[in-house]
Amino acid sequence: MQADIENDSNSPQIELLRFSTCGSVDDGKSTLIGRLLYDSKSLFEDQLEALERSSRLTGDADINLANLTDGLRAEREQGITIDVAYRYYATPKRKFIVADTPGHTQYTRNMVTGASTANLAVILIDARHGIIEQSRRHSFLASLLGIPHLVLCVNKMDLVEFSQDRFEEIRSEFEQFSTLLDIRDITYFPVSALNGDNVVELSGNMPWYKGPPLLQFLENVHIANDRNFAYPRLPVQWVIRPRSDEFHDFRAYSGQIASGVFRVGDDVIVLPSGRRSKIKEIKQFEDSVPLAYTPMSVAVVLEDQIDVSRGDVIVTTDSIPYVTNEIEAMVCWMHDQPMLSGRKYEIKHTSRSTKAIVNELMYRVNINTLGEDYRAVSLALNEIGRVRIRTQQPMIFDEYRKNRNMGAFILIDEATHATVGAGMICEPAKEIPMPQYDGYVI
Amino acid sequence: MDTYSLSHLDALESASIHIMREVAAEFQHPVLLFSGGKDSLCMLRIAEKAFRPAKLPFPVMHIDTGHNFPEVIEFRDRLIGSMGEHLIVRGVEDAISNGIAVETADGDVSRNRLQIPTLLAALEEFKFDAAFGGGRRDEEKARAKERIYSFRDSFGQWDPKNQRPELWNLFNGKIFSGENIRVFPISDWTELDVWQYIEREKMEIPNIYFSHQRDVFFRDGQWLSTGPYMSPKSNETVENRTVRFRTIGDMVCTGAIESTATSVADIIDEIAVFRVSERGGRADDRFSETAMEDRKKEGYF
Ligand SMILES: Nc1nc2c(ncn2[C@@H]2O[C@H](COP(=O)(O)OP(=O)(O)O)[C@@H](O)[C@H]2O)c(=O)[nH]1
Repeated sequence: MQADIENDSNSPQIELLRFSTCGSVDDGKSTLIGRLLYDSKSLFEDQLEALERSSRLTGDADINLANLTDGLRAEREQGITIDVAYRYYATPKRKFIVADTPGHTQYTRNMVTGASTANLAVILIDARHGIIEQSRRHSFLASLLGIPHLVLCVNKMDLVEFSQDRFEEIRSEFEQFSTLLDIRDITYFPVSALNGDNVVELSGNMPWYKGPPLLQFLENVHIANDRNFAYPRLPVQWVIRPRSDEFHDFRAYSGQIASGVFRVGDDVIVLPSGRRSKIKEIKQFEDSVPLAYTPMSVAVVLEDQIDVSRGDVIVTTDSIPYVTNEIEAMVCWMHDQPMLSGRKYEIKHTSRSTKAIVNELMYRVNINTLGEDYRAVSLALNEIGRVRIRTQQPMIFDEYRKNRNMGAFILIDEATHATVGAGMICEPAKEIPMPQYDGYVI
Repeated sequence: MDTYSLSHLDALESASIHIMREVAAEFQHPVLLFSGGKDSLCMLRIAEKAFRPAKLPFPVMHIDTGHNFPEVIEFRDRLIGSMGEHLIVRGVEDAISNGIAVETADGDVSRNRLQIPTLLAALEEFKFDAAFGGGRRDEEKARAKERIYSFRDSFGQWDPKNQRPELWNLFNGKIFSGENIRVFPISDWTELDVWQYIEREKMEIPNIYFSHQRDVFFRDGQWLSTGPYMSPKSNETVENRTVRFRTIGDMVCTGAIESTATSVADIIDEIAVFRVSERGGRADDRFSETAMEDRKKEGYF
């Protein structure tokens, strides 16, 4: 059966956009998200009622949009958001998943978590305070995590008399700073989340602003090409072997395509073994498709009976990833117990897990100045540094900058099973002899 | 849309399939918790997509409150039977008679709370170390911060302060023996996504989701069904109305809404203009602002 993957007329063809929001406490992040939910009519009556009820409890006069996004009781008691919360809303154009991440210094960890899957980051600035250290830190993290689009929301414009000069001042300061960042696309919005100016509708208070309102921008920003379509990579998660009479010899290698496009007939190499074959069939459930691309989950049947198991990566012969035991990576430390050189961890990367030793902390990043501290010997919670890691099994990867899915990993403490580090591979650690596969040089 | 674009449903489905395959590969004894409701039906469809043409690498388990709609039980048995998958049923009823669960004095109170000890006992009985649940983050405030892999200690407890960070699509499935996790593969789906998916996949669903005539009475702002476990108090009058259910749970506390929706497409239209979120129809969430959070700490799905 041939499925037409481009034409699925039954389902609405709207795209998914994931964005993270960050800002310092009281910049108006919760209010802004509440406003987007409220104005896009993604709130239900009982949620509104609950909102009014809790506003009465805390004695607020108006309903407080920020209450929508303050989840857990402990947080509500302290009046701050302390963990990543996910929010959902949809317009006729897009479905949005918002990772709402708290802005405290000590919560870099949460910001990194929220940013890891984001297509876009929204950073809030209080118009009265302008760019502060935290704004720089948030932008640096967005850049480090490879978020392609950055949105700078200058909020509380009502408190600076909707001044164009103030807005331009903040914009030019940030433009100057952003030359240090690795972000292609930065867009600036003057808003008032509280009153809704330039959030969903253009504001009469700022006739000098010529751009679209924030929501309209979020609905239209082009994200499809942010994915890597150049490097076909299928990390094998699970081998499908029915062992039934009907499917006696059936064997398919299933996984989510990390990057690139695969077509039936493609010449492929299975790493790390280096065995070669050809794609015979690409299955999506009961359908056979002529091609599939990231981030589809598929099952691939090969022409030859070769040994492939979980953790292997199927790639095409025209673009080969690195296969090495030694990598250099940026690591964000996520745990109270500091990272120490020489310690063993478990590393999970694509569908592979293996043991790893952090051989060396090369430097620690001062995330406020973006300076590099070469005397640092450990990474504490929320600190970021460049490390050299040696792994037991070879890693099959691309640089994170070029291919997020093939460059990201987590470190797990073997004793406690805690997730202690988030890593982004920069490059292979050193020049190593290139292994050869059937005359094919990697 | 561009050549290599993906609709939101395709993107959500693909991510959910990825999660199911990870769990199947990294855990010894996973199980899929199934209620017959729309969310667990979506999960089941995703499981088929992840593992066919092989059998599912885990059984399907229903924790039966004993107060379920008979239509749903009939549907459950027929569906799982036709799929040829292994169904386990553990009842709150049995758990009560074994002393695992204790019913409270108030006769009308929902048995949802009693599902907790029943579930924990069943996980123990079969040594399940990962249980797929159909929870979604858009359902309730406390869920918004729940992880996809929701870690439980050996008492089945959830500690909201001590969750593992979840980055990219890299899940840490490491547990010690005796511990288990709940996995929510459709965390990122909304109610509307679920219905759109059911429509797209042309899935069969229990008929009580569609509008029908039913004897109901009004209590706590919602229509409740009369039945063997539920009778109106003297001041409540029974009326025959055209209603349907937005969620499927315990008959005792699942409220019906007045509706004329007879197809999934009708339901989707209805949701688009709905003013009451789906949990609004569940009496057991209304006890307190933080009702869900409390229940989750105890080990609720
Ligand atoms: N005047 C004004 N106040 C705002 C605006 N946005 C938010 N606020 C107020 O700023 C305070 C902090 O907002 P909140 O959303 O809780 O900030 P968060 O800590 O970043 O989530 C609240 O009292 C809001 O009402 C705005 O655009 N104008």
